Amino acid sequence: MTRPELLRVEGVTKAYPGVVANSDVSFAISEGEIHALLGENGAGKSTLVKMIYGLVKPDQGRMTLRGAAFSPSEPRAARASGVAMVFQHFSLFEALNVAENVALGMENPPPMKELAARIRSVSEEYGLPLDPARMVGDLSAGERQRVEIVRCLLQDPKLLIMDEPTSVLTPQEVEILFKTLRQLSAEGTAILYISHKLEEIRALCDEATILRRGKVVATCTPRDRSAREMAELMIGATLTPPARAGTTKGAVALEVADLSVASPIPFGTALKNVSFTVAKGEVLGIAGVAGNGQDELLLALSGELRANRDSVRINGQGAGHTGPNERRSAGLVAAPEERLGHAAAPDMSLVENALLSGALRKGLVQRGFIDWQATERFAAGIVSDFDVRTPGTHVAARALSGGNLQKFVVGRELSQTPEIIVINQPTWGVDAAAAASIRQAILDRAAQGAAVVVISQDLDELLEIADNFAALNEGRLTPPRPVAGLTIDEIGLMMGGAHGMEVAHHGH
Amino acid sequence: MIRLEKRPSPSRFWQASTPVLAVVLTMIAGGLMFAALGKNPFEAIRTIFWDPLFNPQFASYSRPQLLVKAGPLILIAIGLSLGFRAGIWNIGAEGQYIMGALFGAGVGLAFYPADLWFIFPLMVVAGAFGGWIWAMIPAILRTKFNTNEILVSLLMVYIAQNILSSMSLGLLRNPEGGGFPGSRNLSQYPAASNPELIAGTGLHWGVIAAFMAVIAAYILLQRHILGFHIKLAGQAPRAARYAGVNPTGLILLCMGISGALAGLAGLFEVAGPAGQISIDFNVGYGFTAIIVAFLGRLNPIGILLAGLLMALTYIGGELAQFMLGLPAAAIQAFQGMLLFFLLAVDLLSNYRIRLGSTKEAI
Repeated sequence: MTRPELLRVEGVTKAYPGVVANSDVSFAISEGEIHALLGENGAGKSTLVKMIYGLVKPDQGRMTLRGAAFSPSEPRAARASGVAMVFQHFSLFEALNVAENVALGMENPPPMKELAARIRSVSEEYGLPLDPARMVGDLSAGERQRVEIVRCLLQDPKLLIMDEPTSVLTPQEVEILFKTLRQLSAEGTAILYISHKLEEIRALCDEATILRRGKVVATCTPRDRSAREMAELMIGATLTPPARAGTTKGAVALEVADLSVASPIPFGTALKNVSFTVAKGEVLGIAGVAGNGQDELLLALSGELRANRDSVRINGQGAGHTGPNERRSAGLVAAPEERLGHAAAPDMSLVENALLSGALRKGLVQRGFIDWQATERFAAGIVSDFDVRTPGTHVAARALSGGNLQKFVVGRELSQTPEIIVINQPTWGVDAAAAASIRQAILDRAAQGAAVVVISQDLDELLEIADNFAALNEGRLTPPRPVAGLTIDEIGLMMGGAHGMEVAHHGH
Repeated sequence: MIRLEKRPSPSRFWQASTPVLAVVLTMIAGGLMFAALGKNPFEAIRTIFWDPLFNPQFASYSRPQLLVKAGPLILIAIGLSLGFRAGIWNIGAEGQYIMGALFGAGVGLAFYPADLWFIFPLMVVAGAFGGWIWAMIPAILRTKFNTNEILVSLLMVYIAQNILSSMSLGLLRNPEGGGFPGSRNLSQYPAASNPELIAGTGLHWGVIAAFMAVIAAYILLQRHILGFHIKLAGQAPRAARYAGVNPTGLILLCMGISGALAGLAGLFEVAGPAGQISIDFNVGYGFTAIIVAFLGRLNPIGILLAGLLMALTYIGGELAQFMLGLPAAAIQAFQGMLLFFLLAVDLLSNYRIRLGSTKEAI
């Protein structure tokens, strides 16, 4: 099938101080084509699409749109040329309703009533029903994404860029989205689809451009390749999946019963009657779409958010009312999702950051005085054991790349001989090789008898390392079930199914 | 085109050298201002920075003044710097200084004319308590009702000033003072006085307390877990909570320490250099100490040096007014320049300046 070419990118290069984000990148998209941009975190996918969307200017190279030179100086220019983009992180105002949010993104918004009618008709036409009068703060992540997509569709784009759209969706919601994208493609809209999820790309995309360290390393037709082949092209090496010893379950180490706490975060999600137990040597995976109570659960388990005494029991002792240090001394360590500002202080050195959570269990403080030499040794140990790439331990935490800081933060917690480990998003933003080593380290601790709770939005990760699986949905936790034998459909339903959005495609 | 580029980690070289650069820039800009006022800039700067210490004619008077003025500034600034590091803004040290003086002097005068060894130590405790209790008011309002401690502590200064006037005119007025406002002179009451310890140096117990506070704060911030928590709470409040820091406790502690140290400064001043409670007892040490704390980049050693420098510009400034007829406003502008340049060049420790524009292709 030969369709007219829509966008061509030729020899584009973009360098930032200290890093070349894109080096001589070329590819082309035809009209109506669904084109995947595949690569690991930091491979340069985001920089590339930001150049197409006019957010970043290339240092070298040229782009053409329908044969004419295309160099948008700002997103407005890109939108005027028919390029639209749905970002991974939504830019919506929670206190405004859907129509108001859409109007804010438009150059000349029509009167509200007219706009609401258009939102309704466009959203239904593409199988993404939306109520224009609803407050965005009340919408699920999947519905918020719909707002962003509908906002783009109202501009009648020729090219729609989607950055990691499925990271906030349940499997059922992904199916609905794919139907919409296929419909758009059939109508001639090209889609540039950014992802590192290989099965999705095989199911959806016509062509794929694979990036590694800023360079195009391959182009392929995803349907003709196996996921493994594409993974190896993307990573540039063969991967060894984490190995796990046959774990023997011990006594219950962490028991959470009827845990209900209000969220300290505005528009956060309160936890409602969360109950589960984790035995020594067991890994419990907790899935869920972002914003369904994951942060609150971590805070409630780490002790930053206090609850009733008996709602959290550590080795049989009521600990719900205690703070972070009391829980640490009872054997529980926690690694929050947000690295800079929560798990680590950005302007403090790695040594100081090692002290931050390690002071108690590593005995780094005697009678109130800090043993800096021991702290230094502890920090250096984390750096070498977890392969943290840094010029030294006296570097400020913010100078490390996200992946390296993640290794440091996870390593700091795992190096404290923990009995209970709670981790939110252990491999978020980490490259595949480092992610595998973090998962291996978690499994090793479990094999040594630690009880582990992994909260993650990466289903593949949970299925790989967890013994039992539960899902958070609007602050409620499903009863945990053994991973063995779970189907993807069952998992999707545990995550809340399509959140009542199933009706979407009945007409198509 | 000039661009600023964020450094990956703060530059240690610039952190150490920006205060020196700021003093040099202040001398240049201040010199230009003095020249514009028709004075010889070199003479003016020499009068401010050199004469108070080394001029054979004035130094014998002005040199002891250096410690007399620097002592309370350093003592108050050390206390404030702990709170500022934790993101707790006590702006009311002036009020805490007044209350420390009132409590301390009140205790001393209550014993008049007894001659007991414990009177002065008891006054020291009362002075610290007076400052502490005055700082606890904004602290507790903040922790219980989430009021803004900046506003409350500042407004408490004006209340303290009115109490001071009332005390000098009423309760603490010298019964033998012929009806003039002001208390008995404590320097004439040996059991309650804070004399110059070594003649001709200006050294009194308050200066010693200031030096001790510098050392204690240095150890606290460098070696003690509490100091670490103070820094952590200021830089990354959520990380501090994760580390197990109790924010309420930290507010009470930092406000309490800064209040107690300001109260001590007030007590040592009223029992020593000032001698008595009077309507115009406070001369702004509590506010100037805020500048000193930042001039010393909230670092105890820096505060020590900044306190001495600030005291020098005060003494030198007075000398320049007196000798060269420079207007008081010019001296204040000069002191303001010092703070301005210090904050401005502070940028260099976190940013690098790049000249020239970036090349950007289409």
